[in-house]
Amino acid sequence: MTSLRTFLQAFVLLVGMAAAAVAGPYEDALPRFAADSYADTEAAIGAVAGSGHGQSLSLVEALRDERLMIAAGQVYIRDAAGKFVDAATGQAVEPPAGAKPVRVNNRVRRAIEAALGSMTLLSTDAGTRLDAARAVFRSRDAAALPALEKAIAQESDADLRNALESARAAIVLSKPDASSSQKLAAIEILHARGDQDALALLSSLPPGTSADVSEAAAKAAEGIRSRLALWSAVQNVWYGVSLGSVLLLAAIGLSITFGTMGVINMAHGEMVMIGAYATFLVQEVIRTHAPGLFGASLFIALPLAFLVAGLIGILIERTVIRFLYGRPLETLLATWGISLILQQGVRTIFGPTNREVGTPAWMSGALELGGLSLTYNRIAIVVFAFAVFATLLLVLRYTSLGLYVRAVTQNRRMAGSMGIRTNRIDALAFGLGSGVAGIAGVALSQIDNVSPNLGQGYIIDSFMVVVFGGVGNLWGTLVGAMTLGVANKLLEPYAGAVLGKIVLLVAIILFIQRRPRGLFALKGRAVEA
Amino acid sequence: MTMQSVLDRQSIIVLLLLGAAAILVPVLNVAVDPASPFHLSDHLVPLLGKYISFALLALSVDLIWGFCGILSLGHGAFFALGGYAMGMYLMRQVGPRGVYADPILPDFMVFLNWKELPWFWHGFDWLPFAAVMVLLVPGILAFVFGWFAFRSRVTGVYLSIITQAMTFALMLAFFRNDMGFGGNNGLTDFKEILGFPIQAASTRIVLFVLSVAALVGGYLLCRWVVSSKFGKVLVAVRDAESRTRFLGYRVEHYKLAVFTLSAMLAGVAGALYVPQVGIINPSEFAPANSIEVVIWVAVGGRGTLAGPILGALLVNAGKTWFTGVLPEFWLFALGGLFVFVTLLMPRGILGAAKDLWAHAGQRLKSRPISEPVSQAAE
Repeated sequence: MTSLRTFLQAFVLLVGMAAAAVAGPYEDALPRFAADSYADTEAAIGAVAGSGHGQSLSLVEALRDERLMIAAGQVYIRDAAGKFVDAATGQAVEPPAGAKPVRVNNRVRRAIEAALGSMTLLSTDAGTRLDAARAVFRSRDAAALPALEKAIAQESDADLRNALESARAAIVLSKPDASSSQKLAAIEILHARGDQDALALLSSLPPGTSADVSEAAAKAAEGIRSRLALWSAVQNVWYGVSLGSVLLLAAIGLSITFGTMGVINMAHGEMVMIGAYATFLVQEVIRTHAPGLFGASLFIALPLAFLVAGLIGILIERTVIRFLYGRPLETLLATWGISLILQQGVRTIFGPTNREVGTPAWMSGALELGGLSLTYNRIAIVVFAFAVFATLLLVLRYTSLGLYVRAVTQNRRMAGSMGIRTNRIDALAFGLGSGVAGIAGVALSQIDNVSPNLGQGYIIDSFMVVVFGGVGNLWGTLVGAMTLGVANKLLEPYAGAVLGKIVLLVAIILFIQRRPRGLFALKGRAVEA
Repeated sequence: MTMQSVLDRQSIIVLLLLGAAAILVPVLNVAVDPASPFHLSDHLVPLLGKYISFALLALSVDLIWGFCGILSLGHGAFFALGGYAMGMYLMRQVGPRGVYADPILPDFMVFLNWKELPWFWHGFDWLPFAAVMVLLVPGILAFVFGWFAFRSRVTGVYLSIITQAMTFALMLAFFRNDMGFGGNNGLTDFKEILGFPIQAASTRIVLFVLSVAALVGGYLLCRWVVSSKFGKVLVAVRDAESRTRFLGYRVEHYKLAVFTLSAMLAGVAGALYVPQVGIINPSEFAPANSIEVVIWVAVGGRGTLAGPILGALLVNAGKTWFTGVLPEFWLFALGGLFVFVTLLMPRGILGAAKDLWAHAGQRLKSRPISEPVSQAAE
């Protein structure tokens, strides 16, 4: 008996505690919506938002969408389908008679947005919290401050915590009644954040800010500015290296043919174009026959592009160029003619419009590194360009073909006298140079439009690289390509893309006057021959 | 130097043919009944005029390439600069008849919201000033460029590449709106020249005759240059530059002089081209255009002076025909022409014809042919 009484007492106590919990700030606020006055509604929104009640988010959203209904002093939430839910209990109810939505005006709407921001700050979903923190950072709404403090106290993820803290700092800085020490701490946080947004905040303090705070803000802004300038300079250098790699890829084959045979191959750009079209064809075949291989399409295209472009190169050498040795100007004209034929041939076969070459999944996206954003396809091209460079260097240094090519480059007649078949070396070197242009085309298909005019865009730049770097020297080509790439990208922010390029062209024209044989000229009697 | 050395047999033929063209074209256009098959329709006159200005451009390239071994792949730049100087005069002549009816500013400046004429546009409302600029601007550019290039002995393919870079840089520059030359669209919508409506058939005939006269003048000037002592030194530079230098000639001075002269001729060609075509835009600076000029010279016969005229007329007539009938094949034909001429006809049509002539003469065992004085030019 006693036990039953004790149990009952405990039950009554529990129920009473539950009831007390139910009649919290949320429930207290509900009747104020029913009053349907703007001031009451606004106050009620604040109370609901701070209540932490499970229903509060849907209630505020309903209010925003004018789906919060009142009828006979009771508050209901109407969902999109028109069903009614009692706002107090969360129970579905029959639509009451004479229900009308709670009216909102612009002030109320602002309160709603702030309340939504602070409520999502406490969401269990990390992504929602991050979005909310960013939204508060932008709105700088002081109403979100309590929720923000709460969220910071609970947050375990370091990145999210940073986001929340910089949101708090943004509010504190624009809040007139915050103390100097709070503001200084806020400035410290924004300084650590160090991006454009933080800079904007620090440089637009509200009027009436005390002198020491303004000074600290100015100092922090200066710090951010110099850090941003440094990052943007580094980013520009990266763009330059990336452009330099493209130039290196386009010019390195030219450097071999120009260096060995003194042949100006105006059709070199078209070899690049043929490589790009080879990539296009490989991808077409993969798309229709083996879609699973798409990620490897570029690796399949590389040897094919090398072979196709190399064979076309050897064909050109055997049928045209070998009759023109010792007449470099005529070679220039004949290869220009060949380039016109190749362009028109590709245009006739594939049409004049751009062809779609896809990017494998592993090459899309970007790597965020400090203040830098490095796209994976650019990284791949830089790595690839250096790999091609190293390979060619090794081939020229350690293979017998390389030895012969170097011998012919330095002194053709002497090489011939030593039993090297210079004709064969010419053909092979021309094929090698063209093949390298072909694999450059595979890489360029990833960043440029694959059209019959692809090669035209690179020919003048490649010649500039070769002439600047010096003929017959791969290191010269590397230095030339990187110098031109980086100089171009560093000039761009000051002079604009076009003017920067003009300045560079004029600089090269003047440079050739000083060093007619380029940066790394071959030395010796053979050079003048 | 006598009159005879300038006017050899070949030159007399060239002059007679050009003179005939200058008479026949207007007669066939004006005096012949439009129904007659011999009538030359109105749209053909400016087309022929365009060919004639191209022939003058080819002549200027032949003067340096054929006689001094300088292969310029940027002569289109001098042509275009001359054209722009003429275009500026024609723009100023438009006056208040432009779309925006501004009495001073050309349409594109009003469009760009410019308030006053840039300083380099002043004076171009007066034809003599523009005519001087047609000569001076390309001449000064060629002088400065050549002074740098020849002094440091940039030769052969290196020179070709930097001339190409020069015209490419100019093309980029003229594409900019800020340059004040109409940017992308260039200069067009001309109304009149010296008060005569530019579209009128009579104006076009006068322009054609003037172009032929300029070509005749250019030809005679080039003949005079190459048959003078100066011309002999040029040929020596072409054939053995180092040896000429060791003999005591200042090679770079000779090169610079002939390069500048050639650029001025190209400028005149551009100035005649613009009123007949009615537009000048930055694509005239495209390196491809300049390379095409070289093939005109090569087709006709490098180092013959008459050959480039023939080559320019033939290739451009072919271009007009192809782009009308078989547009797909024009680049194949042009590309094939480049390869064919360099491989199989290195001396061009005129050179091949001379060889044939000499061959036939030998077979017949007739009296030895008196070679023209310009033999050194071959």
